[in-house]
This record gives sequence, C-alpha cells and structure tokens, in this order.
Amino acid sequence: MVENMRGAAAIIGIGELKPERTRPGRDAMSLLAEACYLAIQDAGLKKADIDGMIFDPELAVGSGGGYNPRMAEYMGIYPTWATGCDAQGAAGVAMALQAAAYVNAGLANYVLCGMGAAVDPGAPRARGGGRTETSTSEFQAPFGPTVGANGWYAMIAKRYEALYGATVEKRAKVSVDLRYNANHNPMAIFHDTPLTIDDVVNSRVISDPLHLLECVMPCAGGCSFIVTRADLAQNLAHKPAYILGGGLGILRGNLTHVGEITESPVGRGARKAFAMSGYTPADVQVMEIYDSYTITVMCELEESGFCEKGTAGDWIQEHDLTFKGDRPLNTHGGQLSYGQASTAGGCAQVTEAVRQIRRDGGEHQVPGATDLIYVTGSGGAFSQQSAMLLGSEASL
Amino acid sequence: MTSDGGYNKPLPDPSFVSQPFWDAAKEHRLTFQRCRLCGTNVFYPRDICPGPDCFGVGTLEWVESSGKGTVYSFTVSYQPAHPSFRDDIPYMLAIVELDEGPRMNTNIINADPKDVAIGMQVEVVWDDVTPDFTLPKFQIVD
Repeated sequence: MVENMRGAAAIIGIGELKPERTRPGRDAMSLLAEACYLAIQDAGLKKADIDGMIFDPELAVGSGGGYNPRMAEYMGIYPTWATGCDAQGAAGVAMALQAAAYVNAGLANYVLCGMGAAVDPGAPRARGGGRTETSTSEFQAPFGPTVGANGWYAMIAKRYEALYGATVEKRAKVSVDLRYNANHNPMAIFHDTPLTIDDVVNSRVISDPLHLLECVMPCAGGCSFIVTRADLAQNLAHKPAYILGGGLGILRGNLTHVGEITESPVGRGARKAFAMSGYTPADVQVMEIYDSYTITVMCELEESGFCEKGTAGDWIQEHDLTFKGDRPLNTHGGQLSYGQASTAGGCAQVTEAVRQIRRDGGEHQVPGATDLIYVTGSGGAFSQQSAMLLGSEASL
Repeated sequence: MTSDGGYNKPLPDPSFVSQPFWDAAKEHRLTFQRCRLCGTNVFYPRDICPGPDCFGVGTLEWVESSGKGTVYSFTVSYQPAHPSFRDDIPYMLAIVELDEGPRMNTNIINADPKDVAIGMQVEVVWDDVTPDFTLPKFQIVD
C-alpha cells in the first residue's frame, strides 16, 4: 500500500469539443462519445485498451440508470471496471482523482473519464420551476426559482460585498483577464469578442449584485481524458501530466442552511492536495480555477491559500491573470469565456492544465514555467469543491 | 387558471416529514424542529438529527419560532426563471436567519430593494397564497 498516490498516476490523453451555444441534432451521449474518441486517439490507445470508465450518473437520471453500460455499448468499449462520479461541476477533478486511485489499486489500467452536454434551445432554462420534488426545493421554489445558480451566487456575492467590500468594479477584472485568454484560444466560444471593465460593469444586472458578464453562459460541448498508472504513462504519444495530490471538500447540500456562505468548500480539498503533493500555493505556476461566476474565483483563491479571506478583490487587481501575466489563471479563457458545457466546463479546466504542461497551448501557451498547475472544480452552490495539483516530470 | 384560484407559482409538495410545517404555516405559526437529545435547532424538516455527535432518529420535535430574524443575504432577481414570477420582477430572494438560529429561504416584501441591507432585523409576514398553502415571507422591522 503506497503512502499516497503522489505522482502514481498521470493523464495521458485529452479530448475536447469546442463549446457552442447549441448543437442541434446532437445529444449529450453523442457529444461525450466524440470527446472520448478524441481522448483515446490523443493518447495513442485503441478502444480495447480502455478497461475503466467514470462518467456522470446524472446523465442517466430519468432513463432508468445504467449509464456506464449504455455508454459502453454505444461506443463499443467494454471495460472491466466502471463507476459514476456524482460531483457536479467538481467532477472533472474528482474523476481524475478517482481514476488515479483505481489504477493504483489494480482495478483498471486505462480509465476513460468525461462529460458531455447538449443544450436544447427549445427546453426551458429554469430549474425548479413548478416542481418541488425534494425536501429542500420545497423550501426554495415557492419563493422564486433562480436561473441556474444565479440567485445563489448572487447571495454569496451580496454577502461578500457586505463583509469585505469588493463590488463589481473589482470582480470585473476576473471576466476581463479571462476574456483576454479566450481571445487567444480558437476553441473558446468568445474567442472573437474582446471585453473591458466598463463592458462588465455596464452589463445588465441579472441577480443583484451579479451582472450578466460575471456569469457563465450555458453551452453544448464535451470533454474527456484518460488516466493511467505512472509506469504505463511512459513513451506514449504525449508527455504525462502527473497527478501530484488532490482532495474534495463537501460543505453543504444547499447554500442556505449550513456554514458561512462566503466560505467556499475548496479549502479542505486544497489542504489535502497541497499536503499530498509536498507543494504550497507559493509554488504554483498556473491556476485553472473553476469559474462559474466572478465571485466563485475570488472565494476559491482565498480558501485555496493564495490570499487572505476577504482580500481577493485587491489581489486580482494587483496581479495579471492573463496567460502572459504573473499569475496565469484559466489560461483557456475559463468557463466564463471558453464556455460552460454543464459539467464538461469543469472538465476543460483539467484538460487545459494538461495542455499547458505539455506546452501545447499554442497562441495561449503560458510563456513561463508550467510544471505545477493547480486545478479546481465546484459543484452546486458552494456545495462541494475539488482541488488537484498536476505537474510535469520536473515536478515529481 | 388552476384549481388554486389562479395562483400559478410553484407550490410546496409536502412530504410526511414536512407536512407539520405547512399545517402550522396555515395557522400563521412559524415552526422549526429541535432535537430532544442534543438541543440542535433544525431547518429544513427532517426525521433524523444532523447535530454534531448526535445520532437521534425520530428525536426532532416541532417548536415555534418567534418569527423574528435578520437578513443573512439577499438578491434582487431581474430574471423570470419561472414564467409565473414575470410580473413580480424585480423581486427579492433572501436567506433569513431566525433568532433561534436556523436559516431559511424566503422573500423580503413590503420594501424597496434600495432600503434593504444584510443584517437588518426582519419579521415574518404570512402570505395566504392558496386555501392549502401559506408562505412565510419577511419584512423589515422599523
């Protein structure tokens, strides 16, 4: 039994579909499968090599379950180990860690992970509207459901403003710096549209105090990656991106009832990730931080240990978060500007870290060192968050 | 038009665990649960105690709140996530922390959003939305 799995597993293949507003004629299974095919080919593997699978069981809700076997049959890939990962937006990082454990426990050698999302323009975007199917939504929907998580993150941002003072004028820099990154990434949905602080501050208020350009836009897309054991990761098509440590913190099921709502649960995952890796936040060269909203990034920066609680508003003014900057963050543009294809949005933060470690970022490649990258995921309204350190061979 | 006299917003779908809350609400009593083993005050309704180091099952008892609390956080929503709320925009979604500790989702009503701030004292106001359901909303205490 190894003491922990530091460096014992690596990501060896990645596959991404360019996020689009909608993908008419495509469903989530199809988009996920396409991303998986790209990842398998990227790794230089054959379908028959894949002996492990981790997908999101949420995709099977309403269909009687059994998502893995149906995906297996659909793709013609028949593993000997497969489970789900119900971590919402935290699933990209969580799947990588889960897969790292599996390959080191001998349950599988090559674990295929991924998510896909189709956006049907005809479907209502509201959640919770008219239905109060759980014990908790029974106490939410009658008072007015929110679009996506907008209302919840607005209440986080409102309280953050009251406690620490940073308003949209400071939060806006997150959107602007990430947009600069997207402007250099042809895969980003907002590749061709520049953004200024004034644009963000003057965009309409969606749910006070959050403005439109502080919120992710739902997209269709897919994202996938493959994890293997470190000794199997050698001499493949690409240099491995090693998993150096990770963790996941669960703080609450709903935003309302438990804990200080401006506390993001990533802190507990981050402390485990850093302890396992032997690194500290000061060692991190690039950050891929889950960005559903501007406020999400700010709270995660604080809880992860990059700055003190309540100071992220100033911290982001003091640092250049673009891929050319002193603190490169969400180098692909982040979900805010690359696109959020449901949980595949968080998965793209994992695959972007792999791309940066490989030095394959092209126009948006970080010019400085990319040997140690911090990646997070976030599910629900600060319900569960995951943290992971990925590194090159030099980081081992 | 619905059987509820035209009220077309989402209504609670009570479980056998939460039904007592809505029964009390109809009588304009705001209730939450308290564990008779560990004293933890609990909301939303459950049948097991989530208190630290408590394994109480069926130990939560309904108690009445003073109906007073503070604004823990709130937002002014400009998006009609459900068509039935279109005419209410902008409306205030809030988390209110009761003086007894539990927090709940609600609406702040009878106030201009500009006059509302986190930490303000609030009191429950009952909204009899249908013959079967009364919703606890809150207003600022002057």
